[in-house]
Amino acid sequence: MSELRFEGVSVRYGTRRRGMTAVDRVDLTVPDGAVVGLVGESGSGKSTLARAAVGLTPLSAGRILLDGEPLRRTSGPRPVQMVFQDPYSSLDPRMTIGDSVAEAVPRGIRSADRRREVARLLELVELDPSRAGAYPGQLSGGQRQRVALARALAARPQVVVADEITSALDVSIQGTVLNLVRRLQHELGTSMLFISHDLAVVRYVASEIAVMYLGRIVEHGPAAQVLGDPQHPYTRDLLAAVPGWSPAAPDTAVPPEVAAAEPADPHAPPPGCRYHPRCPVGPLARPEREVCRTTEPTTDHRHAAACHFAAAEQPLARAAD
Amino acid sequence: MTSTAEAHPATGASRRGTAVLDGPWVRFAVRRGGQLVVSMWVLVTASFLMIHLIPGDPVRSALGPTAPASLVAARRESLGLDDPLLVQYVHFLGGLFTGDLGESLTSRLPVSQVIAQRLPATLQLALLAFLVALALAVPLGVLMGVLTRGGRRRGGELAFSTTSVVLGAIPEFLLGVGLVYLFGVQWGWLPVAGRGGPESYVLPVLSLALGPAAALARIMRVEMVSVLQADFLRTARAKRLPRRRIYLRDALPNALTATITLGGLLLTALVAGTVLVENVFAWPGLGSTIASSILLKDYPVVQGIVLVYGAGVLLVNLTVDVVLALLDPRSAIRES
Amino acid sequence: MTTSTTFDAPAVAPRRSAARARWLAVLRTPVGAGAGLLLALVLVLALVAPLLWSGQADRIDTSAVLQGASAEHWVGTDALGRDVFARVLVATRLSIGLALAATSIAVVLGLLLGCAPLLLGRRGGRLVTAGVNIAVAFPGLLLALFFAVVFGVGMTGAVLAIGFAGAPAFARLSQTLAAGIAERDFVAAARIAGVGRFRVLLRHVLPNIGEPLVVNATIGAGGALLAFAGLSFLGLGVQAPSYDWGRLLQDGLSGIYIHPVAALAPGVAIVVAGLAFNLFGEAVAKGIGLTTALGGGFAPGRASRREATRRDARRGAATEDQGLPVTDPGPEPGRPVLEVQDLSVTFPGAHGPVRPVRGVSFRIGRGEAVGVVGESGSGKSLTALAIARLVEQPGEVTAGRLHFQGADLLTGPDRAHRRLLGTSFAMVFQDPMTSFNPTRRIGRQLAEVAQEHQGMSRGAALARAVDRLRSVRVPAAERRAHQYPHEFSGGMRQRAMIGMGLMGEPSLIVADEPTTALDVTVQRQVLDLLAAVRAEDDVALLLISHDVAVVGQVCERVLVMYAGRVVEDLPADQLRTGARHPYTRALVAAVPDMDVDLDQPLPVIPGRPVDPAHQPPGCAYAPRCPLASARCTDEDPALDDDGAGWRVACWHAGEVAADRDVPGAAPVALALGERA
Repeated sequence: MSELRFEGVSVRYGTRRRGMTAVDRVDLTVPDGAVVGLVGESGSGKSTLARAAVGLTPLSAGRILLDGEPLRRTSGPRPVQMVFQDPYSSLDPRMTIGDSVAEAVPRGIRSADRRREVARLLELVELDPSRAGAYPGQLSGGQRQRVALARALAARPQVVVADEITSALDVSIQGTVLNLVRRLQHELGTSMLFISHDLAVVRYVASEIAVMYLGRIVEHGPAAQVLGDPQHPYTRDLLAAVPGWSPAAPDTAVPPEVAAAEPADPHAPPPGCRYHPRCPVGPLARPEREVCRTTEPTTDHRHAAACHFAAAEQPLARAAD
Repeated sequence: MTSTAEAHPATGASRRGTAVLDGPWVRFAVRRGGQLVVSMWVLVTASFLMIHLIPGDPVRSALGPTAPASLVAARRESLGLDDPLLVQYVHFLGGLFTGDLGESLTSRLPVSQVIAQRLPATLQLALLAFLVALALAVPLGVLMGVLTRGGRRRGGELAFSTTSVVLGAIPEFLLGVGLVYLFGVQWGWLPVAGRGGPESYVLPVLSLALGPAAALARIMRVEMVSVLQADFLRTARAKRLPRRRIYLRDALPNALTATITLGGLLLTALVAGTVLVENVFAWPGLGSTIASSILLKDYPVVQGIVLVYGAGVLLVNLTVDVVLALLDPRSAIRES
Repeated sequence: MTTSTTFDAPAVAPRRSAARARWLAVLRTPVGAGAGLLLALVLVLALVAPLLWSGQADRIDTSAVLQGASAEHWVGTDALGRDVFARVLVATRLSIGLALAATSIAVVLGLLLGCAPLLLGRRGGRLVTAGVNIAVAFPGLLLALFFAVVFGVGMTGAVLAIGFAGAPAFARLSQTLAAGIAERDFVAAARIAGVGRFRVLLRHVLPNIGEPLVVNATIGAGGALLAFAGLSFLGLGVQAPSYDWGRLLQDGLSGIYIHPVAALAPGVAIVVAGLAFNLFGEAVAKGIGLTTALGGGFAPGRASRREATRRDARRGAATEDQGLPVTDPGPEPGRPVLEVQDLSVTFPGAHGPVRPVRGVSFRIGRGEAVGVVGESGSGKSLTALAIARLVEQPGEVTAGRLHFQGADLLTGPDRAHRRLLGTSFAMVFQDPMTSFNPTRRIGRQLAEVAQEHQGMSRGAALARAVDRLRSVRVPAAERRAHQYPHEFSGGMRQRAMIGMGLMGEPSLIVADEPTTALDVTVQRQVLDLLAAVRAEDDVALLLISHDVAVVGQVCERVLVMYAGRVVEDLPADQLRTGARHPYTRALVAAVPDMDVDLDQPLPVIPGRPVDPAHQPPGCAYAPRCPLASARCTDEDPALDDDGAGWRVACWHAGEVAADRDVPGAAPVALALGERA
């Protein structure tokens, strides 16, 4: 397995005049054997980054490196594989699940070996290999998602990108897929970029957490530290918004402009710090913090937090790696 | 999951949606105008090339094998067919702007004059049929949609669908022949040929309008049924508004936009349908002229009429798009 | 125009025979069978007619010119004394053959053009698409005339003309279908797996667009047949001495006053053959669940529901209701806002009535917040709709008691309760994107409530709407009231929806998954808003959610639903640690929260939820329950009150402590369970 690195990656959609930058100068490393959880709200560019990593979306700037080598389009299975959100759309309804998995097995393998490989993979994802002849319509959502995982593994990937793979599943099934992801990761040591909007889910599978807001990574660090000592106010807001077990009192300290703030428009990201129109410690709450409106924050803070008022970098922050 | 998946719901939030001169409308006008210009250019170029795509010498085939070579050469000369293609193209375009479409090979009348004589009859026929089709289809479709919503009255739905499929599948010229037989031959109630008093319009307009009306009504019903299942209709019911208000205020405009989107094609087909119907009823319009001109190989006339029909179709398409943009505020933005 | 191309096969039958079964089922419908038979007849006639009747059709008999119908000549003779009926029959082959030839040209060209964008890549594809879009704007007849001029008058010219004229429509169709498939994730997955463009087209795209293309080609053949008749009728198609139906029609039309049947016979033949293709295509499309190019004429949804089964369902529901035990709705709060007793919802199904909601009973007191949780399919949303009297036919709602603010909603026409429900009963729906009318301004959609129920003028109602928008913290409410829904973000729309409920003076807000479609930070804002509204006016709240944590946070009492029944009704603060029903405990454990132990596998609930069409006789949860005993599978436990208002429907409700970790059994066992 290998290290996947994004260097200054930008992805733009649309025309020059009316386009939008879905991913904006992102630097992110998925270390060898680690699971990096990527969280953020819809429209933050998480899925675009995932699609860029597997070559489904062209980059408009920057590069993506695999073990230091730029990713190149080659024939045959790509070294970065992806599992999609919707298990009802990610399997061809007219193909048996065995054929779908076999399609990703690298070419140049005899058909008998290929069949054996498919059986092995299905077993790996806890599906009965004798069901290779089944069609996706005969499977439940959780089972389909396991087939999709098997297909991704069939390509012998160096990195797997998992894009919201449990959000289309019922809560009672979600656990089976998460447990499987964790088991496979432990057994195979797969490097993984695990994307989800659900912090609790990410916390369960990821060793590192990166937080994305409006196309930018605003905080990134070891999971326990980011969750335990969040530096960026957006991360703190995300954490506070996770429904917990204690009845939540409405947050009275937050000024009403912030409480009623709308998510920003990715077509016209605000200048300066992108979070300032919603930030509870930014210029709306503290008028003297004008710098947030004018200057884009650097990331030389703890957890690489892109906030002017985050704590200074801690030399030990990445010791857990 | 293309770019739209990441597109933000609040895209329009910062725009003021009230003033017509604002961003989305200007962009709509520019885009739609550009589309029209390109389509127009394709149409003009195609009709210019038509003469040149015909295998052999069009003038020779028009005048027949017995015509003297000198006459053919003279006619070629007057049509400018011996010039280089590009020069001819420039002449053709220039002629279009001054209203000069060349002259008929057979009657030697200017093509523009032929068209001017014949166009009003066709225009009347098409417009009337257009109105009749809409007046029949919309109320009928809405009514059937309401009656058969959510799987009610299966029998009625089947009868309606089958009737409209059958009626929609009968081509206008056959419908014309049938009407001629019934009303003209069998009962003798209505004139079956020519253009005279109001009663002479009845059969041509009906044979042109009934097919599209049936198809439109069918689409209207389906759209109505699907709009009646939409989430926002449940919201309207949750507001406890009277049913009639829900149908007319909430359901109808939405069903209409969908119907017009699909029905636009039918309306353009109606424009072309005049060619056949005019031939059934000996209607002195463009349609009967183009058929006879094709047979006589009078290519300049054919070229001119094809241009007029094509422009008519483009005009119908433009109208449909403008109506849609007015009815549904999203459609002006959606396509971009 | 969306054309659906996937079908959910029945779970057991293998795919291919399922497809065959679908096509066979089409032939069993009256329209399908009729059209199929007609089409077969036309095709057979096309093959054999020239062999049988050629002689008769070509025999010139100058002594019997232009005769009317007689025993010898069924529809008379033509100007040369030839038998018209025989000529119509013989012309079948040419008419059908030419139509099929033209259709093949159109389909092949269209498919090439339609699939080109997939193979050519972005730029080339866009060019082809633009070209097709321009061409498809012109009606087929006009294109056919154009090409008829280019290719010359006559049979070959007409075949080419109609083929070329039909190509743009097919190109557009296959383009739309192919693009729909190409943007599905399985194509992306295939590309990532290294499958080349051409192979993706062959293996993934074409098989998935095959059925709709065949159906539309059938309908297209009908259209080509009619177009041919049209061209021949204009004299531009088949030339004498050959003849097809259009040619015969034109010959007949000139003598329609003397001899009408000679004109009508070929006309009837054209219509019948055209309809055979058309109806067969439509019937197949309906049978396999497609939309045809013209937008499809048939209703969506489950097709084979008949009046008879609906009536059975009603009867069945009525009798079963008497069999169900009356459930205790719990202790009576001071002034109940809502009282529900034995609420059931029944839908007709393929094999008898299906009841997704079975005997639900509960009360909500003034200002109380009650949550309803359960997996998808547990009947929680349907319960909300039934209470709001928004279940439409063919759904049937029955209840022992359904009282809102003391008014019995079950008696009297809907009209009688309109005012009460319109002003005092607020609904918030799940998807804020689709719950507003996209063609009307937000302000007006709110204002019409006050106009209708409070008799306000247009202006006063709009002012009230702006005020209500302001009260739900929509910034710049005045301006935003004039905007359309698509100009609002999801969270803002949900606020506007709550504001709509506040147009009157609600005593109950029913919120059906109000935050499921929203991001967590926005979810928090909306939940806070609901709490603020509740606190301000002492409004009761019924919050339906799949998220145990959300319900636990917002509500005071929680109803847990499984398979259409309430299985536990408990105080929200007991949800996390004190639940008595094994399902409640499993559901709570299955949701990862911020404190879940990272060293343990996540607990999961084995098996699948019950299909409402196949309810087991005993406790519906028994097959998935670690505590299940023989009694559980035989007898459905009643929802019993413990005297303090805590209700549980479980034979083993007390057995708690020892089984704390049972829901989290090993994943392998669970995988087996899910294979059911």
